Formats: sequence, structure tokens, C-alpha cells
Amino acid sequence: MVYTPDFLRRLYADMLLIRRFEERAAQLRLAGHIPGFLHPSIGQEAVAVGACAALEPQDYITSTHRGHGHILARGADPGRMYAELFARREGYNRGKGGSLHIASAALGIMGANGIVGGGIPIAVGLALALTVRARLAGTGAPTAGVAVAFFGDGASNQGVFHESLNLAALWRLPVVFICENNLYGEFTPQHRHQPIRDIAGRAVAYAMPGVVADGNDVLDVFRVVGKAVTDARQGRGPTLVECKTYRLRGHYEGDMGHYRPPDEVAAWQARDPVVTFRERLLAEAGFTTADLEEVERAVEARLEAGVRFALQAPRPAADEALEDVYVETHDGSALA
Amino acid sequence: MTPRRPEPQAADRQLSYAAAIREALEEELARDPALLLLGEDIGEPGGVFGVTQGLWQRFGPHRVLDTPISEAAIVGTALGAALAGIPVVVEIMFGDFATLAMDQIVNQAAKLRYMTGGQVNVPLVIRMVTGTAGATAAQHSQSLEAWFTHTPGLKVVTAATPYDAKGLLKAAIRDPDPVLFFEHKLLYTSRGAVPASDYTVSLGSGRVVREGTDVTVLAYLAMVPRALAAAEAVAAEGISVEVWDPRSLVPFDRAGLRRSLARTGRLVIVHEAPRRAGFGAEVAALVAEECFDLLRAPIVRVAGLNAPVPYAPELEDAVLPGEARIVQGIRAVMAAGRP
Ligand SMILES: Cc1ncc(C[n+]2csc(CCOP(=O)(O)OP(=O)(O)O)c2C)c(N)n1
Repeated sequence: MVYTPDFLRRLYADMLLIRRFEERAAQLRLAGHIPGFLHPSIGQEAVAVGACAALEPQDYITSTHRGHGHILARGADPGRMYAELFARREGYNRGKGGSLHIASAALGIMGANGIVGGGIPIAVGLALALTVRARLAGTGAPTAGVAVAFFGDGASNQGVFHESLNLAALWRLPVVFICENNLYGEFTPQHRHQPIRDIAGRAVAYAMPGVVADGNDVLDVFRVVGKAVTDARQGRGPTLVECKTYRLRGHYEGDMGHYRPPDEVAAWQARDPVVTFRERLLAEAGFTTADLEEVERAVEARLEAGVRFALQAPRPAADEALEDVYVETHDGSALA
Repeated sequence: MTPRRPEPQAADRQLSYAAAIREALEEELARDPALLLLGEDIGEPGGVFGVTQGLWQRFGPHRVLDTPISEAAIVGTALGAALAGIPVVVEIMFGDFATLAMDQIVNQAAKLRYMTGGQVNVPLVIRMVTGTAGATAAQHSQSLEAWFTHTPGLKVVTAATPYDAKGLLKAAIRDPDPVLFFEHKLLYTSRGAVPASDYTVSLGSGRVVREGTDVTVLAYLAMVPRALAAAEAVAAEGISVEVWDPRSLVPFDRAGLRRSLARTGRLVIVHEAPRRAGFGAEVAALVAEECFDLLRAPIVRVAGLNAPVPYAPELEDAVLPGEARIVQGIRAVMAAGRP
């Protein structure tokens, strides 16, 4: 490995933060603190962390219904995320979004999305805006940043996926399409929802590079997405990156995932991206158990503080329901 | 806030509705170097109705972007750019095709500000070419404005004259919220006075198009000239009709309509869209709730029949409200109720 210890520690810390954030969220949901849906990304942490490690602060992402990982990897505060899950006013979306819609414009997170595929063209538009900004700045750079669209294997069957790839390739926009192929769309395995194995192959139809990464290996994701991001920054246009991975839990919290063969689950469990990366850090990168335990304690402390913050956060007042429908708040009467 | 101008003067230039819209786009492109136009065939060809003619040549392919035939991606891309602070005007070649982009309009654009707790603005205008131009049949003739008025988070504008079209479009472009801007294909060649100066017409400001004292006819888009013709027709019978155009359906000028009803006490609502659950139903309910004290007769709706728009001209005439049906509506409201 040629990476610095700080970088590797950060990757591990971020993956662990996502894992523990979602494990706690599941418990908090059982305890009645979360009124809405929860789609855990446990098992897919390497995709979020590897991809976001290739991004800069000025870049944008759009995310999916399974977005906690992307959002945390982009630097979001777990406390404000929990507050949003608890539907509190201090949540990122002031209690109006919940898990499906967490956004932070300040961090370039233009929303998790309740509509499968819905964020894909939005990322194309963010990329377009970044080229406009570069043009207005007059520096001669092709773009002021890169946009990343995260989506699943199921989303790649949506028409808007194809429309968006075509448009982005045609206009050579600085966008990276990252498909997290976790082998299921809800309860339906990949072989029953699409006649292909490699979604990356769909890039051929748009004369765009289509590449496959090992989605359970954070460094492989970082390498492959990093190349795509560099190409986008330099004006070489979009790439479709497929990350092969697996979600280790049900589609949503409460789904036991009985539709999946136990040996398949076990095989992927053995490739748990957080566990295998930890082993690699110990075996190949000179980390000691004590080093990693320190990281683990820091993650726990952050989450502990986050939960405490969120539990104490006030609930929204009923009159906030009419705020932010429009920029100038209208009075909410029938035709306002 | 906005440079309001007096109503057009006789001395002002006469422009077509299409030219007025083009002029609004042209002036806004010049005013704001970030503004983009997106749509099918809007670039070098200048749009199927010629509205964007010359803009590609003047501002270049980076400002006036010809897109593939991909309505969902067009609106989604425009929305993404808008979220990043780049305002965009989209042309939907026929408003009927907005169905292909419904997710991006209704679930995304309309909701993003709200769902994010006010973190983002959506400076997006979607120009919707609406209504029939005669024998355009059921998939190229619809008036879908009520769908969008039913979706909180969207603003809905209906311009009837060249003056209004230019001023309302400029206001829509400068508005930080998503605006659906309805343009009637039948109006594109209609002409009217348009000041050369920079002016806007605020969204939510209705207009008395013709003053009267017996009955208010609420009409928008292509029904405005038709309502005016009906008003002239009944004037000979001694009925004084006020024609009132809301100019935007969301926001809606409730105070303006109330003022008109205070003068007339009777209301006929006219729209091309089907009657059932049309915008007229909303207006009728609103007036019943808020202006019942002013009403001298039950409200009459003159609207499209609850049928798709047919191709055959005689069938189309039967389905869509013409001058004769508006006249009937006016006579009916005059015959009913209290003196
Ligand atoms: C347009 C749309 N259709 C259906 C759904 C219901 N739904 C939510 S998640 C999901 C599966 C998505 O699969 P995939 O894109 O592979 O993502 P994954 O859940 O595997 O992360 C479905 C069908 C939805 N939210 N939106």
C-alpha cells in the first residue's frame, strides 16, 4: 500500500462510523425514536467511503434511499443526522426530510432521494452548473468541480438513468455515475430484474467508459472512482463506475431478508468490508490493535454525543409546516 | 422591488406573443450571464414555435442548449443546475410531454426546498406549450395546469397577452422558486403593445381586462380573447361584463377577484381544461368560502368537456368552450339568483 497512515486511518474511521451509526439507528428505531423508514447500507460502507475520499469540498453528490453512508462519508455530522431521523428541528432538514431525504447544501450533499433513480439527472445538472461556474470565472478550467450520482442496480433500469448518461456523455459533463450493485433491488435479485451481470457494460451504449470496482475494497473503490473523478475534472467527461457489493441486512430495518440464500449471505459476510480492511491494516500497514481501538473509541464517542444531541433537540412546532414551501412564505391558504 | 410599468400605451411597439416571450428571454440572458435555456430544438432551429429564434446565434450553444428528446433528463438536469445556483429556463415542446418529466417536476423540483428545510432555492422556469391550436388532437392539446396547482411548491403562470407574457416571464425567471409558465399555442401570433423598457408583472397580480358591472368572467390563456368577444356580444343585450384574468394561478390574486365580485356580484369561470377538478372548481370553492356575501347568483363554470381533445374540428369545437358557450354562461348567471 502506498497510502499514508493518516489517510488509511481516516478510511477505516469513516467506514466504522457508518457501520456503527446504522447499527445504533436500528436500535433507536426499535426503541421508538425514529418514526419513518430506514434503509441500512451495512456491508456497503467501502463504496461510500472510497468514492467520497476522491472528492473535494466543492464537489457535489446526489444520493439514494440508502444514503446514510454517502452522507456521513461526505462529512455530515451524525448528531444532526440522528436529529433528522428523530424528526427534530435541529435535523439537517428541520425534520421535514427524514432518512430518505437528508441533504446538506453546505457539504454539497444535494439530497438522498425517495425516488429510485431520481437523483441521477440532478447530478448531471449539478455538473452542468460546475462547468457554467468555470466559464463565468474565466480561468479556462473546464469545470469548477465534479458531481457524483450514487444509485443502485435497480435504479439502472429506470429510463432516467439512460437519458442522463446519454445527455452527460453528449455534453462531456464532469459527472461520475456510481452504481452500487448490491445484487438486489428491494427483494428481487439482479438476475430477475436485468439480463446482464455487469451494469458497467451499459456505458458502451453512451460511448462512455464503464468500469468495475470491488465494492467491498475501499482502496479499490478509491482507485477506480479517483481515476473517473480526475477524468471528469480535466474535461474528459463522465464515467460509469459499478461497485460490486452486498447489503448484509434487509432492504429496510424490519425486513429479515428471507429471500436470500443463507450461503450467499455467509459468503459476503466473510468479505465484510469493515472487518477485512481492519485485518489488512493490521497485517499489511503496520497498525497495531491499540491504534485501531483508539479509532473505535473515538467513533463511539462521536456517536454517543450525536445521539445525546438529537434526543435533546426540540421537536418542530406545527406552524413550521408551512415554512419553506416557497422562498417567501405564503400564508398557506387555499391558493397561496 | 420590481420595476412596475403602467399598462401598455398606444405608442408602444406592437409585438406578437411569441416575440414578446423571445424578448423576455433575450433580455434576461443578457442581464444574467449565468442563465441557461434548455430544450428540444430550441438552439439553432429556434424552437418548433420559433420562440427562441436567434438566441442560439446571439448567446451561443453554451447558453442555449439543444437537448436530446429526454424530458425527464432535461428537467432533472435543469433542476440540478438550479440547485447549484444557475437559473434555467426549460422549454417543454408540448405541455403534454411534461408527463415524461413528472417525477422531476412534482417529486423533485416542487419538494426540494421544503424537504431540505429551506437549504436550497430552485430558480427553474418550465415553459409549457399548452392548449390546442386546432386539430392537434388528444396528445398535443391538453391543458394540464390544474395538476401543477395541486402540487404545493410550484408556481403556475398563465400569460394571455404579449405584454403579460414578457412581464410575467421576466418575473418568473427572477423568482427563486420553480415556476411552470403556460404559453398557449393559439396565442403565439396574437399581437399587442409591449414597452421596450425592462418591466415585470408580479406573479399573483390579476388584471381587469375589461371593466363591467353585471358579471365577472374569470378567464386565462386563450380564453381571455374569447371571453372579451363574448362580453362584446352580450353588451348589445345590456349586460355589462367585466373580464378578469388572474395571470397566475399560484399565487392567486384573491383580493383582486374579490374586488371584481364586489362590483359585479356574479361569476362565470372559463377554462379550456376539462371541467372536472379543473382550476375552476378551486376558484368556485374559494369564492363560496370567502366571497359568498358578494354573490347574487350561483357560480357558473364554462369549461372543456370531460373528454380528451378530439381531432375533428367539429368535435373539438364541441369539447372546448367557444364564444357561444361563454355567452350562454353569462346569460345563465344573469337569469339565476337575486336581482
Ligand atoms: C420510482 C420508485 N419505484 C419504486 C420504489 C420502491 N423502492 C424503494 S428502494 C427500491 C429498490 C431499489 O433498488 P436499487 O436501486 O438496486 O437500490 P438498493 O435498494 O439495492 O440500494 C424500490 C423498488 C421507489 N422508491 N421509487
